[in-house]
Amino acid sequence: MNVATEHRPAPRLDLERIQADFPILGEQIYGKRLVFLDSAASAQKPRQVIDAERMVYEREYANIHRGVYYLSQRATDAFEAARETTRAFLNAREAREIVFLRGATEGVNLVAYSWGLDNLKAGDAIVLSTIEHHSNIVPWQLLRDRLGFEIRVAPVDDEGQIDMAAYRGLLDERVKLVAMTHCANSIGTITPIREITRLAKELGAVVLVDGAQAAPHLPIDVREIGCDFYVFSGHKTYGPSGAGALYGRGELLDAMPPWQGGGEMITRVTFEKSRFHEVPHKFEAGTPNIAGTIALGAALDYITGLGHEAIQAHEHDLLDYAMARLGEINSLRVIGTAREKAAIVSFTLGDIHPHDVGTILDREGIAVRVGHHCAQPTMDRFDLPATVRASFGIYNTREDVDALYDGLRKTLEIFA
Amino acid sequence: MFDLQDLYQEIIIDHSKRPRNFGALEGANRHAEGDNPLCGDQIEVHLIVEGDTVRDVCFEGRGCAISTASASVMTDTIKGKPVAEVKAMFEQFHRLVMGEEDSGSDVLELDRLGAFAGVRDYPMRVKCATLCWHTMNAALEGQDDPISTE
Repeated sequence: MNVATEHRPAPRLDLERIQADFPILGEQIYGKRLVFLDSAASAQKPRQVIDAERMVYEREYANIHRGVYYLSQRATDAFEAARETTRAFLNAREAREIVFLRGATEGVNLVAYSWGLDNLKAGDAIVLSTIEHHSNIVPWQLLRDRLGFEIRVAPVDDEGQIDMAAYRGLLDERVKLVAMTHCANSIGTITPIREITRLAKELGAVVLVDGAQAAPHLPIDVREIGCDFYVFSGHKTYGPSGAGALYGRGELLDAMPPWQGGGEMITRVTFEKSRFHEVPHKFEAGTPNIAGTIALGAALDYITGLGHEAIQAHEHDLLDYAMARLGEINSLRVIGTAREKAAIVSFTLGDIHPHDVGTILDREGIAVRVGHHCAQPTMDRFDLPATVRASFGIYNTREDVDALYDGLRKTLEIFA
Repeated sequence: MFDLQDLYQEIIIDHSKRPRNFGALEGANRHAEGDNPLCGDQIEVHLIVEGDTVRDVCFEGRGCAISTASASVMTDTIKGKPVAEVKAMFEQFHRLVMGEEDSGSDVLELDRLGAFAGVRDYPMRVKCATLCWHTMNAALEGQDDPISTE
Protein backbone atom coordinates (compact mmCIF):
# COMPACT_ATOMS: atom_id res chain seq x y z
CA MET A 1 0.00 0.00 0.00
CA ASN A 2 1.48 3.37 -0.93
CA VAL A 3 1.43 6.54 1.14
CA ALA A 4 -1.39 8.13 -0.81
CA THR A 5 -3.83 5.32 -0.09
CA GLU A 6 -2.89 5.17 3.58
CA HIS A 7 -4.08 8.71 4.16
CA ARG A 8 -7.40 8.71 2.39
CA PRO A 9 -10.36 6.98 3.99
CA ALA A 10 -11.08 3.47 2.78
CA PRO A 11 -13.80 3.55 0.13
CA ARG A 12 -17.12 2.28 1.38
CA LEU A 13 -20.04 0.66 -0.35
CA ASP A 14 -23.36 2.49 -0.24
CA LEU A 15 -25.23 -0.55 1.06
CA GLU A 16 -28.68 1.00 0.99
CA ARG A 17 -28.30 1.90 -2.64
CA ILE A 18 -26.89 -1.52 -3.51
CA GLN A 19 -29.72 -3.33 -1.75
CA ALA A 20 -32.22 -1.17 -3.60
CA ASP A 21 -30.53 -2.25 -6.84
CA PHE A 22 -31.37 -5.93 -6.22
CA PRO A 23 -35.14 -6.40 -6.61
CA ILE A 24 -35.12 -9.95 -5.20
CA LEU A 25 -33.95 -8.69 -1.81
CA GLY A 26 -37.45 -7.26 -1.37
CA GLU A 27 -38.95 -10.76 -1.48
CA GLN A 28 -40.43 -12.35 1.62
CA ILE A 29 -39.62 -16.00 2.33
CA TYR A 30 -42.24 -17.69 4.53
CA GLY A 31 -43.21 -14.17 5.56
CA LYS A 32 -39.67 -13.30 6.56
CA ARG A 33 -37.04 -11.03 5.07
CA LEU A 34 -34.83 -12.86 2.58
CA VAL A 35 -31.33 -13.29 3.94
CA PHE A 36 -29.41 -14.54 0.93
CA LEU A 37 -26.14 -16.20 1.93
CA ASP A 38 -25.56 -18.36 -1.12
CA SER A 39 -23.86 -16.02 -3.55
CA ALA A 40 -20.99 -18.47 -3.97
CA ALA A 41 -23.43 -20.84 -5.68
CA SER A 42 -24.98 -18.08 -7.74
CA ALA A 43 -25.29 -14.38 -7.01
CA GLN A 44 -28.45 -12.29 -7.30
CA LYS A 45 -28.81 -9.74 -10.09
CA PRO A 46 -29.01 -5.96 -9.87
CA ARG A 47 -31.64 -4.05 -11.83
CA GLN A 48 -28.87 -2.73 -14.10
CA VAL A 49 -28.19 -6.29 -15.32
CA ILE A 50 -31.86 -7.22 -15.61
CA ASP A 51 -32.53 -3.99 -17.51
CA ALA A 52 -29.57 -4.55 -19.81
CA GLU A 53 -30.85 -7.97 -20.80
CA ARG A 54 -34.43 -6.75 -21.24
CA MET A 55 -33.20 -3.76 -23.21
CA VAL A 56 -31.51 -6.06 -25.73
CA TYR A 57 -34.74 -7.94 -26.38
CA GLU A 58 -36.86 -4.80 -26.46
CA ARG A 59 -34.63 -2.51 -28.46
CA GLU A 60 -31.70 -4.08 -30.21
CA TYR A 61 -32.07 -7.83 -30.66
CA ALA A 62 -30.94 -9.59 -33.81
CA ASN A 63 -28.38 -12.28 -34.55
CA ILE A 64 -24.84 -11.00 -34.48
CA HIS A 65 -21.93 -11.01 -36.92
CA ARG A 66 -24.24 -11.83 -39.84
CA GLY A 67 -26.88 -9.33 -40.81
CA VAL A 68 -26.30 -6.32 -42.99
CA TYR A 69 -29.17 -4.49 -41.36
CA TYR A 70 -29.19 -1.92 -38.60
CA LEU A 71 -30.37 -4.08 -35.71
CA SER A 72 -27.86 -6.79 -36.37
CA GLN A 73 -25.07 -4.27 -36.39
CA ARG A 74 -26.31 -2.73 -33.19
CA ALA A 75 -26.52 -6.11 -31.42
CA THR A 76 -23.06 -7.00 -32.75
CA ASP A 77 -21.65 -3.73 -31.43
CA ALA A 78 -23.17 -4.33 -28.00
CA PHE A 79 -21.86 -7.91 -27.93
CA GLU A 80 -18.36 -6.79 -28.90
CA ALA A 81 -18.53 -3.96 -26.37
CA ALA A 82 -19.12 -6.63 -23.71
CA ARG A 83 -15.95 -8.33 -24.95
CA GLU A 84 -13.99 -5.12 -24.46
CA THR A 85 -15.54 -4.71 -20.99
CA THR A 86 -14.47 -8.27 -20.12
CA ARG A 87 -10.97 -7.64 -21.47
CA ALA A 88 -10.65 -4.61 -19.22
CA PHE A 89 -12.12 -6.53 -16.24
CA LEU A 90 -9.38 -9.15 -16.58
CA ASN A 91 -6.75 -6.69 -17.86
CA ALA A 92 -6.10 -8.89 -20.87
CA ARG A 93 -3.95 -7.46 -23.63
CA GLU A 94 -6.45 -7.79 -26.47
CA ALA A 95 -10.22 -8.21 -26.72
CA ARG A 96 -9.71 -11.17 -29.06
CA GLU A 97 -8.26 -13.06 -26.11
CA ILE A 98 -11.76 -13.18 -24.59
CA VAL A 99 -13.93 -16.12 -25.69
CA PHE A 100 -17.57 -15.98 -24.63
CA LEU A 101 -19.01 -19.25 -23.37
CA ARG A 102 -21.70 -20.54 -21.03
CA GLY A 103 -19.43 -20.21 -18.02
CA ALA A 104 -16.32 -21.40 -16.24
CA THR A 105 -17.18 -25.09 -16.69
CA GLU A 106 -17.40 -24.71 -20.44
CA GLY A 107 -14.13 -22.77 -20.39
CA VAL A 108 -12.29 -25.61 -18.66
CA ASN A 109 -13.81 -28.10 -21.10
CA LEU A 110 -12.77 -25.98 -24.08
CA VAL A 111 -9.19 -25.88 -22.88
CA ALA A 112 -9.24 -29.62 -22.13
CA TYR A 113 -10.59 -30.65 -25.50
CA SER A 114 -8.86 -28.08 -27.70
CA TRP A 115 -5.49 -27.48 -26.06
CA GLY A 116 -5.44 -30.68 -23.99
CA LEU A 117 -6.18 -33.17 -26.77
CA ASP A 118 -3.36 -31.71 -28.84
CA ASN A 119 -0.80 -31.23 -26.11
CA LEU A 120 -1.22 -33.95 -23.48
CA LYS A 121 -0.21 -37.57 -23.88
CA ALA A 122 0.73 -40.66 -21.89
CA GLY A 123 3.82 -39.94 -19.80
CA ASP A 124 2.78 -36.33 -19.18
CA ALA A 125 1.38 -35.05 -15.92
CA ILE A 126 -0.97 -32.27 -14.90
CA VAL A 127 -1.34 -30.69 -11.46
CA LEU A 128 -4.64 -29.82 -9.78
CA SER A 129 -5.30 -29.09 -6.11
CA THR A 130 -7.40 -30.73 -3.42
CA ILE A 131 -9.73 -27.73 -3.20
CA GLU A 132 -10.83 -27.64 -6.83
CA HIS A 133 -14.47 -27.48 -7.83
CA HIS A 134 -15.59 -30.63 -9.66
CA SER A 135 -15.63 -28.57 -12.86
CA ASN A 136 -11.83 -28.33 -12.70
CA ILE A 137 -11.42 -32.04 -11.90
CA VAL A 138 -13.84 -34.05 -13.98
CA PRO A 139 -12.97 -32.65 -17.46
CA TRP A 140 -9.33 -33.60 -16.79
CA GLN A 141 -10.28 -37.09 -15.61
CA LEU A 142 -12.32 -37.65 -18.75
CA LEU A 143 -9.34 -36.58 -20.84
CA ARG A 144 -6.91 -38.60 -18.72
CA ASP A 145 -8.97 -41.72 -19.39
CA ARG A 146 -8.57 -41.13 -23.13
CA LEU A 147 -4.95 -39.99 -23.23
CA GLY A 148 -3.33 -41.69 -20.26
CA PHE A 149 -1.54 -38.78 -18.62
CA GLU A 150 -1.12 -38.55 -14.86
CA ILE A 151 -3.15 -36.28 -12.55
CA ARG A 152 -1.22 -34.98 -9.54
CA VAL A 153 -2.97 -33.24 -6.68
CA ALA A 154 -1.44 -30.42 -4.63
CA PRO A 155 -2.62 -30.95 -1.04
CA VAL A 156 -3.84 -28.33 1.42
CA ASP A 157 -2.92 -27.87 5.07
CA ASP A 158 -5.40 -27.95 7.96
CA GLU A 159 -6.29 -24.30 7.32
CA GLY A 160 -7.23 -25.16 3.75
CA GLN A 161 -4.20 -23.45 2.19
CA ILE A 162 -2.22 -24.95 -0.67
CA ASP A 163 0.85 -26.71 0.73
CA MET A 164 3.36 -24.86 -1.42
CA ALA A 165 6.28 -27.13 -0.51
CA ALA A 166 4.25 -30.14 -1.60
CA TYR A 167 3.18 -28.29 -4.74
CA ARG A 168 6.81 -27.59 -5.65
CA GLY A 169 7.53 -31.26 -5.10
CA LEU A 170 4.94 -32.19 -7.71
CA LEU A 171 6.50 -30.03 -10.39
CA ASP A 172 8.94 -31.71 -12.76
CA GLU A 173 9.60 -31.76 -16.48
CA ARG A 174 6.66 -34.12 -17.05
CA VAL A 175 4.16 -31.51 -15.89
CA LYS A 176 2.57 -29.86 -18.93
CA LEU A 177 -0.36 -28.13 -17.24
CA VAL A 178 -1.28 -26.68 -13.88
CA ALA A 179 -5.03 -26.08 -13.49
CA MET A 180 -5.84 -24.41 -10.22
CA THR A 181 -8.48 -22.35 -8.50
CA HIS A 182 -7.96 -18.69 -7.65
CA CYS A 183 -10.52 -18.94 -4.84
CA ALA A 184 -12.00 -22.17 -3.47
CA ASN A 185 -15.79 -22.15 -3.66
CA SER A 186 -16.22 -24.62 -0.81
CA ILE A 187 -14.09 -23.02 1.91
CA GLY A 188 -13.08 -19.60 0.54
CA THR A 189 -9.29 -20.05 0.35
CA ILE A 190 -7.63 -17.51 -1.95
CA THR A 191 -4.63 -19.27 -3.45
CA PRO A 192 -1.23 -17.62 -4.08
CA ILE A 193 -1.99 -17.87 -7.76
CA ARG A 194 0.88 -15.64 -8.94
CA GLU A 195 3.44 -17.82 -7.19
CA ILE A 196 1.70 -21.01 -8.29
CA THR A 197 1.80 -19.74 -11.86
CA ARG A 198 5.40 -18.53 -11.68
CA LEU A 199 6.65 -21.91 -10.47
CA ALA A 200 4.74 -23.71 -13.20
CA LYS A 201 5.96 -21.36 -15.91
CA GLU A 202 9.57 -21.91 -14.84
CA LEU A 203 9.08 -25.45 -16.09
CA GLY A 204 7.31 -24.33 -19.21
CA ALA A 205 3.94 -25.69 -18.11
CA VAL A 206 0.71 -24.07 -19.25
CA VAL A 207 -1.43 -22.60 -16.45
CA LEU A 208 -5.22 -22.47 -16.31
CA VAL A 209 -6.84 -20.54 -13.47
CA ASP A 210 -10.41 -21.26 -12.37
CA GLY A 211 -11.62 -17.80 -11.43
CA ALA A 212 -15.31 -18.59 -11.02
CA GLN A 213 -15.25 -17.75 -7.33
CA ALA A 214 -12.57 -15.06 -7.48
CA ALA A 215 -14.23 -12.87 -10.09
CA PRO A 216 -16.96 -11.44 -7.80
CA HIS A 217 -14.53 -10.81 -4.93
CA LEU A 218 -11.08 -9.88 -6.25
CA PRO A 219 -9.51 -7.58 -8.79
CA ILE A 220 -8.15 -9.80 -11.56
CA ASP A 221 -5.13 -9.09 -13.70
CA VAL A 222 -4.30 -12.02 -15.95
CA ARG A 223 -1.06 -10.40 -17.08
CA GLU A 224 0.11 -9.86 -13.54
CA ILE A 225 -0.81 -13.45 -12.66
CA GLY A 226 0.99 -14.58 -15.79
CA CYS A 227 -1.46 -17.39 -16.53
CA ASP A 228 -2.31 -18.75 -19.97
CA PHE A 229 -6.01 -19.32 -19.38
CA TYR A 230 -8.49 -17.82 -16.93
CA VAL A 231 -12.16 -18.80 -16.75
CA PHE A 232 -15.12 -17.29 -14.92
CA SER A 233 -18.93 -17.39 -14.90
CA GLY A 234 -21.31 -14.48 -15.27
CA HIS A 235 -23.85 -15.83 -12.83
CA LYS A 236 -21.46 -15.62 -9.88
CA THR A 237 -20.50 -12.05 -10.78
CA TYR A 238 -24.06 -10.69 -10.45
CA GLY A 239 -24.65 -11.38 -14.14
CA PRO A 240 -26.89 -13.82 -16.02
CA SER A 241 -26.56 -17.58 -15.91
CA GLY A 242 -25.37 -19.18 -19.13
CA ALA A 243 -22.90 -16.41 -19.92
CA GLY A 244 -19.23 -16.48 -19.03
CA ALA A 245 -15.80 -16.10 -20.48
CA LEU A 246 -12.48 -17.77 -21.12
CA TYR A 247 -9.35 -15.66 -21.33
CA GLY A 248 -6.64 -17.30 -23.37
CA ARG A 249 -3.23 -15.92 -24.26
CA GLY A 250 -3.48 -14.87 -27.91
CA GLU A 251 -0.63 -17.02 -29.27
CA LEU A 252 -2.05 -20.10 -27.56
CA LEU A 253 -5.58 -19.51 -28.81
CA ASP A 254 -4.23 -18.94 -32.35
CA ALA A 255 -2.43 -22.28 -32.27
CA MET A 256 -5.34 -24.26 -30.82
CA PRO A 257 -7.79 -26.17 -33.02
CA PRO A 258 -11.50 -25.35 -32.87
CA TRP A 259 -13.46 -27.18 -30.20
CA GLN A 260 -17.03 -27.10 -31.43
CA GLY A 261 -17.85 -26.72 -35.10
CA GLY A 262 -20.76 -24.84 -36.55
CA GLY A 263 -21.85 -21.47 -37.82
CA GLU A 264 -20.04 -18.30 -36.77
CA MET A 265 -16.68 -20.05 -36.40
CA ILE A 266 -15.94 -20.52 -40.12
CA THR A 267 -15.02 -18.34 -43.09
CA ARG A 268 -15.57 -20.84 -45.90
CA VAL A 269 -17.26 -24.26 -45.89
CA THR A 270 -17.24 -26.88 -48.61
CA PHE A 271 -17.74 -30.59 -48.19
CA GLU A 272 -14.05 -31.09 -48.79
CA LYS A 273 -12.78 -28.63 -46.22
CA SER A 274 -13.71 -25.71 -44.02
CA ARG A 275 -11.64 -22.68 -43.18
CA PHE A 276 -11.95 -21.38 -39.68
CA HIS A 277 -12.51 -17.89 -38.46
CA GLU A 278 -9.97 -15.94 -36.46
CA VAL A 279 -9.80 -16.03 -32.66
CA PRO A 280 -12.05 -15.58 -30.73
CA HIS A 281 -14.80 -16.45 -33.24
CA LYS A 282 -13.08 -19.76 -33.97
CA PHE A 283 -14.24 -20.85 -30.51
CA GLU A 284 -17.74 -19.39 -30.63
CA ALA A 285 -19.67 -21.86 -32.79
CA GLY A 286 -23.39 -21.26 -33.09
CA THR A 287 -25.50 -18.35 -31.99
CA PRO A 288 -24.28 -17.42 -28.52
CA ASN A 289 -26.19 -16.13 -25.49
CA ILE A 290 -26.37 -12.68 -27.06
CA ALA A 291 -28.52 -10.84 -24.52
CA GLY A 292 -26.95 -12.67 -21.58
CA THR A 293 -23.44 -11.80 -22.71
CA ILE A 294 -24.34 -8.15 -23.17
CA ALA A 295 -25.85 -8.23 -19.66
CA LEU A 296 -22.65 -9.87 -18.39
CA GLY A 297 -20.88 -6.72 -19.58
CA ALA A 298 -23.38 -4.69 -17.53
CA ALA A 299 -22.63 -6.85 -14.47
CA LEU A 300 -18.88 -6.28 -14.80
CA ASP A 301 -19.53 -2.55 -15.23
CA TYR A 302 -21.58 -2.68 -12.03
CA ILE A 303 -18.75 -4.33 -10.08
CA THR A 304 -16.16 -1.97 -11.52
CA GLY A 305 -18.41 0.99 -10.71
CA LEU A 306 -18.53 -0.02 -7.05
CA GLY A 307 -14.78 -0.49 -7.02
CA HIS A 308 -12.83 -3.55 -6.00
CA GLU A 309 -11.23 -1.78 -3.07
CA ALA A 310 -14.62 -0.95 -1.55
CA ILE A 311 -15.98 -4.43 -2.29
CA GLN A 312 -13.01 -6.06 -0.61
CA ALA A 313 -13.20 -3.77 2.41
CA HIS A 314 -16.89 -4.57 2.81
CA GLU A 315 -16.43 -8.31 2.41
CA HIS A 316 -13.47 -8.39 4.81
CA ASP A 317 -15.62 -6.62 7.37
CA LEU A 318 -18.44 -9.13 6.88
CA LEU A 319 -16.03 -12.06 7.10
CA ASP A 320 -14.43 -10.76 10.30
CA TYR A 321 -17.82 -10.06 11.82
CA ALA A 322 -19.17 -13.48 10.80
CA MET A 323 -16.13 -15.28 12.20
CA ALA A 324 -16.51 -13.38 15.48
CA ARG A 325 -20.26 -13.96 15.84
CA LEU A 326 -20.16 -17.60 14.78
CA GLY A 327 -17.18 -18.02 17.10
CA GLU A 328 -19.59 -17.38 19.99
CA ILE A 329 -21.22 -20.74 19.26
CA ASN A 330 -19.13 -23.40 20.99
CA SER A 331 -20.20 -26.35 18.89
CA LEU A 332 -19.60 -24.53 15.61
CA ARG A 333 -16.46 -25.52 13.71
CA VAL A 334 -15.30 -23.46 10.74
CA ILE A 335 -13.74 -25.45 7.91
CA GLY A 336 -11.16 -23.40 6.02
CA THR A 337 -9.33 -20.72 7.95
CA ALA A 338 -6.80 -19.59 5.39
CA ARG A 339 -5.08 -16.27 6.01
CA GLU A 340 -6.18 -15.15 2.54
CA LYS A 341 -9.84 -15.91 2.31
CA ALA A 342 -12.96 -14.66 0.56
CA ALA A 343 -16.19 -14.00 2.47
CA ILE A 344 -17.19 -17.64 2.49
CA VAL A 345 -17.71 -19.47 5.79
CA SER A 346 -18.07 -23.24 5.64
CA PHE A 347 -18.93 -24.87 8.96
CA THR A 348 -20.43 -27.71 10.91
CA LEU A 349 -22.72 -27.30 13.92
CA GLY A 350 -22.06 -29.95 16.52
CA ASP A 351 -23.24 -33.28 15.19
CA ILE A 352 -26.33 -31.77 13.57
CA HIS A 353 -26.40 -32.75 9.93
CA PRO A 354 -25.97 -29.78 7.53
CA HIS A 355 -29.22 -30.63 5.76
CA ASP A 356 -31.15 -30.20 9.00
CA VAL A 357 -29.39 -26.89 9.63
CA GLY A 358 -30.24 -25.76 6.11
CA THR A 359 -33.90 -26.69 6.42
CA ILE A 360 -34.30 -24.85 9.72
CA LEU A 361 -32.47 -21.75 8.45
CA ASP A 362 -34.64 -21.81 5.33
CA ARG A 363 -37.77 -21.43 7.47
CA GLU A 364 -36.17 -18.28 8.88
CA GLY A 365 -35.78 -16.87 5.38
CA ILE A 366 -32.04 -17.61 5.36
CA ALA A 367 -30.66 -19.24 2.21
CA VAL A 368 -27.43 -21.16 2.77
CA ARG A 369 -25.88 -23.99 0.82
CA VAL A 370 -25.56 -27.37 2.48
CA GLY A 371 -23.79 -30.40 1.08
CA HIS A 372 -20.43 -30.95 -0.54
CA HIS A 373 -20.47 -27.78 -2.67
CA CYS A 374 -19.33 -29.65 -5.79
CA ALA A 375 -16.03 -30.22 -4.04
CA GLN A 376 -16.12 -33.77 -2.66
CA PRO A 377 -12.31 -34.11 -2.48
CA THR A 378 -12.28 -31.04 -0.22
CA MET A 379 -14.90 -32.63 2.05
CA ASP A 380 -12.86 -35.85 2.07
CA ARG A 381 -9.74 -33.88 3.06
CA PHE A 382 -11.53 -32.66 6.17
CA ASP A 383 -13.26 -36.01 6.65
CA LEU A 384 -16.75 -34.57 6.39
CA PRO A 385 -19.71 -35.65 4.25
CA ALA A 386 -21.00 -32.10 4.05
CA THR A 387 -20.87 -28.62 5.54
CA VAL A 388 -23.13 -25.62 5.86
CA ARG A 389 -21.79 -22.75 3.77
CA ALA A 390 -22.68 -19.10 4.23
CA SER A 391 -21.25 -16.98 1.43
CA PHE A 392 -21.46 -13.21 1.33
CA GLY A 393 -21.73 -10.71 -1.47
CA ILE A 394 -21.87 -6.98 -1.99
CA TYR A 395 -25.49 -6.75 -0.80
CA ASN A 396 -25.03 -8.56 2.52
CA THR A 397 -24.89 -6.74 5.84
CA ARG A 398 -23.95 -7.36 9.45
CA GLU A 399 -27.69 -7.77 10.08
CA ASP A 400 -27.59 -10.78 7.76
CA VAL A 401 -24.81 -12.26 9.91
CA ASP A 402 -26.92 -11.62 13.01
CA ALA A 403 -29.89 -13.35 11.37
CA LEU A 404 -27.66 -16.35 10.64
CA TYR A 405 -26.47 -16.39 14.23
CA ASP A 406 -30.07 -16.32 15.54
CA GLY A 407 -31.07 -19.06 13.10
CA LEU A 408 -28.23 -21.27 14.29
CA ARG A 409 -29.25 -20.68 17.93
CA LYS A 410 -32.76 -21.77 17.01
CA THR A 411 -31.36 -24.87 15.30
CA LEU A 412 -29.46 -25.73 18.47
CA GLU A 413 -32.64 -25.28 20.53
CA ILE A 414 -34.60 -27.66 18.31
CA PHE A 415 -31.87 -30.26 18.65
CA ALA A 416 -31.20 -29.55 22.33
CA MET B 1 -48.46 -22.30 6.67
CA PHE B 2 -46.46 -25.20 8.00
CA ASP B 3 -44.30 -25.10 11.03
CA LEU B 4 -40.82 -26.46 11.62
CA GLN B 5 -42.22 -28.46 14.51
CA ASP B 6 -44.30 -30.43 12.00
CA LEU B 7 -41.06 -31.71 10.54
CA TYR B 8 -38.82 -31.87 13.58
CA GLN B 9 -41.30 -33.49 15.94
CA GLU B 10 -40.08 -34.63 19.32
CA ILE B 11 -40.17 -38.28 18.30
CA ILE B 12 -37.99 -37.52 15.27
CA ILE B 13 -35.45 -35.55 17.28
CA ASP B 14 -35.41 -38.32 19.90
CA HIS B 15 -34.86 -41.13 17.40
CA SER B 16 -32.23 -39.12 15.51
CA LYS B 17 -30.20 -38.56 18.66
CA ARG B 18 -30.72 -42.02 20.11
CA PRO B 19 -31.32 -44.33 17.16
CA ARG B 20 -32.81 -47.73 18.09
CA ASN B 21 -31.56 -50.97 16.57
CA PHE B 22 -28.34 -49.27 15.52
CA GLY B 23 -25.37 -51.48 14.72
CA ALA B 24 -24.44 -54.78 13.17
CA LEU B 25 -26.79 -57.76 13.45
CA GLU B 26 -25.44 -61.16 14.34
CA GLY B 27 -26.88 -63.89 12.13
CA ALA B 28 -28.37 -61.50 9.57
CA ASN B 29 -29.42 -63.27 6.38
CA ARG B 30 -30.51 -60.24 4.35
CA HIS B 31 -28.53 -57.11 3.74
CA ALA B 32 -28.59 -54.02 1.51
CA GLU B 33 -26.87 -50.65 1.25
CA GLY B 34 -28.34 -47.25 0.56
CA ASP B 35 -26.35 -44.22 -0.52
CA ASN B 36 -27.45 -40.66 -1.26
CA PRO B 37 -24.09 -39.20 -2.24
CA LEU B 38 -25.38 -35.65 -2.79
CA CYS B 39 -26.60 -35.56 0.81
CA GLY B 40 -23.86 -37.74 2.17
CA ASP B 41 -26.46 -40.09 3.69
CA GLN B 42 -25.29 -43.69 3.89
CA ILE B 43 -27.14 -46.62 5.40
CA GLU B 44 -26.83 -50.37 5.70
CA VAL B 45 -29.86 -52.44 6.68
CA HIS B 46 -29.41 -55.95 8.13
CA LEU B 47 -32.34 -58.33 8.49
CA ILE B 48 -33.02 -61.77 9.88
CA VAL B 49 -35.92 -63.16 7.92
CA GLU B 50 -37.34 -66.46 9.17
CA GLY B 51 -39.98 -67.96 6.96
CA ASP B 52 -42.39 -65.12 6.21
CA THR B 53 -41.42 -62.98 9.17
CA VAL B 54 -38.88 -60.22 9.81
CA ARG B 55 -37.46 -61.68 13.01
CA ASP B 56 -34.92 -58.92 13.62
CA VAL B 57 -33.56 -55.81 11.92
CA CYS B 58 -30.71 -53.36 12.53
CA PHE B 59 -29.17 -50.47 10.64
CA GLU B 60 -25.83 -48.70 10.46
CA GLY B 61 -24.62 -45.57 8.75
CA ARG B 62 -24.78 -41.82 8.98
CA GLY B 63 -27.20 -39.21 7.80
CA CYS B 64 -29.39 -36.28 8.68
CA ALA B 65 -31.94 -36.28 11.49
CA ILE B 66 -34.77 -37.20 9.15
CA SER B 67 -32.99 -40.18 7.60
CA THR B 68 -31.62 -41.46 10.91
CA ALA B 69 -34.94 -41.11 12.71
CA SER B 70 -36.77 -42.72 9.82
CA ALA B 71 -34.47 -45.73 9.91
CA SER B 72 -34.77 -45.99 13.68
CA VAL B 73 -38.57 -45.84 13.67
CA MET B 74 -38.74 -48.19 10.70
CA THR B 75 -36.67 -50.87 12.41
CA ASP B 76 -38.74 -50.56 15.56
CA THR B 77 -41.94 -50.82 13.58
CA ILE B 78 -41.21 -53.74 11.26
CA LYS B 79 -39.50 -55.99 13.77
CA GLY B 80 -41.52 -59.17 14.20
CA LYS B 81 -43.93 -58.32 11.37
CA PRO B 82 -44.79 -60.59 8.42
CA VAL B 83 -42.85 -59.71 5.26
CA ALA B 84 -46.07 -59.02 3.34
CA GLU B 85 -47.18 -56.53 5.97
CA VAL B 86 -43.78 -54.85 5.97
CA LYS B 87 -44.00 -54.42 2.21
CA ALA B 88 -47.46 -52.92 2.52
CA MET B 89 -46.11 -50.52 5.18
CA PHE B 90 -43.35 -49.47 2.80
CA GLU B 91 -45.91 -48.61 0.14
CA GLN B 92 -48.05 -46.69 2.60
CA PHE B 93 -45.11 -44.85 4.16
CA HIS B 94 -44.07 -43.75 0.71
CA ARG B 95 -47.54 -42.42 -0.02
CA LEU B 96 -47.59 -40.72 3.39
CA VAL B 97 -44.42 -38.68 2.85
CA MET B 98 -45.44 -37.93 -0.72
CA GLY B 99 -48.66 -36.45 0.64
CA GLU B 100 -50.79 -39.13 -0.97
CA GLU B 101 -51.93 -40.78 2.26
CA ASP B 102 -53.83 -39.29 5.14
CA SER B 103 -51.67 -39.27 8.25
CA GLY B 104 -54.83 -40.22 10.19
CA SER B 105 -55.00 -43.52 8.34
CA ASP B 106 -54.99 -46.39 10.77
CA VAL B 107 -53.95 -49.03 8.28
CA LEU B 108 -50.36 -48.54 9.30
CA GLU B 109 -50.43 -48.20 13.06
CA LEU B 110 -49.38 -44.72 12.16
CA ASP B 111 -48.73 -43.58 15.68
CA ARG B 112 -45.02 -43.34 15.06
CA LEU B 113 -44.69 -43.49 11.29
CA GLY B 114 -47.28 -40.73 11.14
CA ALA B 115 -44.70 -38.41 12.65
CA PHE B 116 -43.10 -38.31 9.21
CA ALA B 117 -46.19 -36.84 7.55
CA GLY B 118 -44.61 -33.38 7.91
CA VAL B 119 -41.97 -34.37 5.36
CA ARG B 120 -44.59 -33.86 2.62
CA ASP B 121 -44.15 -30.09 3.03
CA TYR B 122 -40.42 -30.41 2.41
CA PRO B 123 -40.11 -32.03 -1.03
CA MET B 124 -36.31 -31.92 -0.93
CA ARG B 125 -36.32 -34.03 2.24
CA VAL B 126 -38.56 -36.86 1.02
CA LYS B 127 -35.49 -38.72 -0.20
CA CYS B 128 -34.06 -38.58 3.34
CA ALA B 129 -37.12 -40.21 4.91
CA THR B 130 -37.46 -42.92 2.27
CA LEU B 131 -33.84 -44.05 1.86
CA CYS B 132 -34.00 -46.60 4.70
CA TRP B 133 -37.31 -48.04 3.47
CA HIS B 134 -36.04 -48.49 -0.08
CA THR B 135 -32.87 -50.06 1.29
CA MET B 136 -34.82 -52.40 3.57
CA ASN B 137 -37.06 -53.37 0.65
CA ALA B 138 -33.99 -54.08 -1.49
CA ALA B 139 -32.68 -56.35 1.27
CA LEU B 140 -35.96 -58.26 1.30
CA GLU B 141 -35.83 -58.56 -2.49
CA GLY B 142 -32.21 -59.70 -2.42
CA GLN B 143 -30.97 -56.82 -4.61
CA ASP B 144 -27.21 -56.42 -4.71
CA ASP B 145 -26.86 -52.91 -6.12
CA PRO B 146 -26.77 -50.02 -3.63
CA ILE B 147 -30.01 -48.07 -3.43
CA SER B 148 -30.33 -44.32 -3.91
CA THR B 149 -33.35 -42.05 -3.60
CA GLU B 150 -31.65 -39.00 -5.11
